[in-house]
Amino acid sequence: MIHAGLGVVMGAVFDLNHPAHVVHWHFIKLPLANVIVIGLMLVVFAIVIALPFPGAARRAAARRGAGAS
Amino acid sequence: MSGAPENSWTVKVREKAVEALPPEKLLPDGQPTYVASWIYVFGVASIASLVVIITSGSILALKGPAWWHYTGIGHFFNSIHMWSVELFFFVMVVHLWGKYWMSAWRGGRTRVWITGAITFLVAVPTALTGYVSQQNFDAQWISTQAKDGLNSVGVGAFFNVTNFGQMYSFHVLLLPIAVVVLVSAHVLLVRRHGVVPPIELHARLAIVPGSEAPAPAATAVGADS
Repeated sequence: MIHAGLGVVMGAVFDLNHPAHVVHWHFIKLPLANVIVIGLMLVVFAIVIALPFPGAARRAAARRGAGAS
Repeated sequence: MSGAPENSWTVKVREKAVEALPPEKLLPDGQPTYVASWIYVFGVASIASLVVIITSGSILALKGPAWWHYTGIGHFFNSIHMWSVELFFFVMVVHLWGKYWMSAWRGGRTRVWITGAITFLVAVPTALTGYVSQQNFDAQWISTQAKDGLNSVGVGAFFNVTNFGQMYSFHVLLLPIAVVVLVSAHVLLVRRHGVVPPIELHARLAIVPGSEAPAPAATAVGADS
């Protein structure tokens, strides 16, 4: 009973009981879910380019120090 | 004990292997400092996803369709398998974009790029054959849609997506072996040539195309630093 109730709750979060939403622009026709995933990949790509890696500055400074000595 | 003759094929293979990939290159102590960037994480994230895919897929193959469709734990492993595939493609595409924009084929790394690109291309039918092997209405829908596309390019007679036995064999044996072999070759080639340096560093070091990258030891920091 608990399992069935959980299913109802999860079903309410993502209602899949309808035809898929589609993004249609000229000849481009993509399911909305795919468009969202492609958008997320672009966002993640931008973030990983911009976000400094932990300890990267310290390592670069240590390398410069080692090169100077 | 007599030594192996110099013309022994095992000796030749060993010498060639050690020459191409000495132990310090195969299992290095550290990586160049430029590797300390999030974009370099996505290659190993792809491998991590692949490990989860193969592990969960092996469990699904051992237990069978009734288990993955009708039991709670079967649903769990089915979901692990499906979402690890989603993650695999997600991180692999980010990895591919990153390597494309840094021209990762520089410095004699053409084969590194080609093995990576072919891995991506082989991974696509590996996923497709999995979707059509689910044994449910989703698999029926996908296979009947895919057959028209495949027939239109003339491969339907050899690669029949409505043939469950053929698709399942491709999915659990032939294509995974191809992916693992390609990924292994890709990683070994990365070890051999080193991780591609940033374009500005490449230019500063005046590395001519086709030459080897600087040895990691020249710029490396320890793995624990």
